[in-house]
Amino acid sequence: MSESNENNPVEIPEVFTDEVVARLEQDAKEIVSRYPKPRSALLPLLHLVQSEEGHVSAEGMRFCADQLGITLAEVKAVATFYTMYRRDPGGDYQVGVCTNTLCAVMGGDEIFSALKEHLDLANGETTGDGKVTLEHVECNAACDFAPVVMVNWEFFDNQTPATAKQLVDDLRLGADVAPTRGPASLCTWKQASRVLAGFDDGRAGEGVQAAGPSLAGLRIADRNGWTAPDPNNLPTRPDQGEEGAK
Amino acid sequence: MTTLTPILSRNWDRPDSFTIDGYRATGGYEALRRALTMDPDSIVDLVKQSGLRGRGGAGFPTGMKWGFLPKDNPNPRYLVVNADESEPGTCKDIPLMLANPHVLVEGVAIAAYAIRSQQAFIYVRGEVVHVVRRLRQAVADAYEAGLLGKDVLGSGFDLDVVVHSGAGAYICGEETALLDSLEGYRGQPRLKPPFPAVAGLYASPTVVNNVESIASVPGIVANGAEWFTSMGTEKSAGFGFFSLSGHVTNPGQYEAPLGITLRELLDMAGGIREGHRLKFWTPGGSSTPIFTEEHLDTPLDFESVGAAGSMLGTRALQIFDETTCVVRAVGRWIAFYAHESCGKCTPCREGNFWMVQVLDRLERGEGTEADIDKLLQICDNLLGRSFCALGDGATSPVMSSIKHFRQEYVDHFEKGGCPFDHSRSTLWADRPTTEEGGNR
Ligand SMILES: Cc1cc2nc3c(=O)[nH]c(=O)nc-3n(C[C@H](O)[C@H](O)[C@H](O)COP(=O)(O)O)c2cc1C
Ligand code: SF4
Ligand code: FES
Repeated sequence: MSESNENNPVEIPEVFTDEVVARLEQDAKEIVSRYPKPRSALLPLLHLVQSEEGHVSAEGMRFCADQLGITLAEVKAVATFYTMYRRDPGGDYQVGVCTNTLCAVMGGDEIFSALKEHLDLANGETTGDGKVTLEHVECNAACDFAPVVMVNWEFFDNQTPATAKQLVDDLRLGADVAPTRGPASLCTWKQASRVLAGFDDGRAGEGVQAAGPSLAGLRIADRNGWTAPDPNNLPTRPDQGEEGAK
Repeated sequence: MTTLTPILSRNWDRPDSFTIDGYRATGGYEALRRALTMDPDSIVDLVKQSGLRGRGGAGFPTGMKWGFLPKDNPNPRYLVVNADESEPGTCKDIPLMLANPHVLVEGVAIAAYAIRSQQAFIYVRGEVVHVVRRLRQAVADAYEAGLLGKDVLGSGFDLDVVVHSGAGAYICGEETALLDSLEGYRGQPRLKPPFPAVAGLYASPTVVNNVESIASVPGIVANGAEWFTSMGTEKSAGFGFFSLSGHVTNPGQYEAPLGITLRELLDMAGGIREGHRLKFWTPGGSSTPIFTEEHLDTPLDFESVGAAGSMLGTRALQIFDETTCVVRAVGRWIAFYAHESCGKCTPCREGNFWMVQVLDRLERGEGTEADIDKLLQICDNLLGRSFCALGDGATSPVMSSIKHFRQEYVDHFEKGGCPFDHSRSTLWADRPTTEEGGNR
């Protein structure tokens, strides 16, 4: 059954038709089979229903509960604990600006304000065309590329207000957009959720292996001829005597 | 002088570094082959001799942890890799898994064999979809090549590996919360003891290790414990990633022996960005007390950083120059802890909520001297009194910033606002303006 949210009146189509349920049950079986105990499949199952609907609705949670033989309340307790599960419908592209301390200081705050103004959205809101949901996110383990913007949880490194505005414009126009470190083009929110549920999209080989800052140390080591110790000719550790102390 | 030791990052400049062929071309999976000829217990001993300590923050000796698994428990044993990497500032495991997932997979296979486990999980934070793709592909290719699955390389050893994506919750990096999450529950920490070694996943004996810890194992097996101890210091052996971020000329990953100093690392990284000077930095993520210029020569090993009043943590060196407002920085971190508190215990749930209110007030210039004392009081109720280390960690930035920069808190309310121009801290602050906004 579809609920409509007062603040965000979106028509929700009936998603979990018998046909869809039959298909998702196949997927759910595969997910459950990976684990020694079925309940471990709950997080991936929630990613799976999110990949179908774009968010996790009461119906989606009911589906998960049925697959695992647990109550709706048990599923709800879990789904609401984790921030990646959307409770309301959102856009095809979730644009998350990192505003944790390091990115904020490096300009994440300015980027987030610029996007709010540019799109006329508050945190968590979606553009009228249903393309972009804007939010701020916590540290995404890319601080050496600050300030960082994540779109559908792909990396857009070293952003500025101007590049971020261009990025959301391109997303809304449907132009091809490629993450800095990620696949050759962005997939949608639903497609990304399916990968998180554990279904491959065949794109692991796309994109760079490493970029810029990830290679900073390696480049300096190469330039200076620094390597790890040779196991067949070990040096003395600096704190272990004279020869080592160089 | 300490020099860099690219080991895990050695092949990252190969465009195919993340593929099984690329990894094998640089000697990948030879250590597994060797390990499978050894007695499992002797691998545990080797890792003990190497002195490898957990790279996930706490620095617990890895071999010793493996040795804690009870010999008489009939339940299956599990290996769980903690790839949740969410501590603010920490950014080493994600690039490692993106560029070289196979070194982790090889480490998983060796570690599982050593602890006699036939089922391993890699719990990766969900917010990094491409890393999930790379890991899953690496695991699939390893199965295909007979490096995982039934009868690994004809040794009779069976191992299944599952890549499991989290769903956004910093607390799931705490090892017992992670286990609850992996069992399909809300990620809330468990009371210890029992430790995971005794009752972990599904109440069975379980080893939880960080990505970098496990990825360091193939090198130890291939090159020996002495090779590992030839790097680092007596009690902090080996190498690790030092992740420089913030106001530094060349931020990034620097793989070096433990005990290197920030001064040495900054020399390599081109120093603080031009025209500015170091103000404060975290040695190991936001949960470790901040340091200042005074600590530039502190060896970055577990003991020395501890003796200087902080923690080595995850070697996440977030570097801030004189344009940065420390009150703002700390306020933002505490907003993070308040958001991520799992709510299980009162000191952390309430303490962080109130610290956010007080810090906001102070940052706006509406605070008072009493607010600073209030913060210290709240920290006093948190530190050592919260259920898990998240609560303790939250006190680090607050207490250390008041210790080093109390006057800056005072300046805010004396001036009736923040004395800093935040735009001067940005990545583009010193770039010539080129166009509208000037922000290319
Ligand atoms: C709030 C919190 C978050 C943590 N996050 C992580 C994490 O993301 N990755 C990690 O390896 N360890 C994390 N830890 C530490 C783990 O609890 C655990 O000590 C570690 O995974 C053990 O692995 P190691 O011995 O190989 O370091 C966290 C701890 C706390 C209290
Ligand atoms: S300290 Fe915080 S995160 Fe840890 S158990 Fe208590 S409320 Fe949860
Ligand atoms: S603070 Fe933004 S990625 Fe770490």
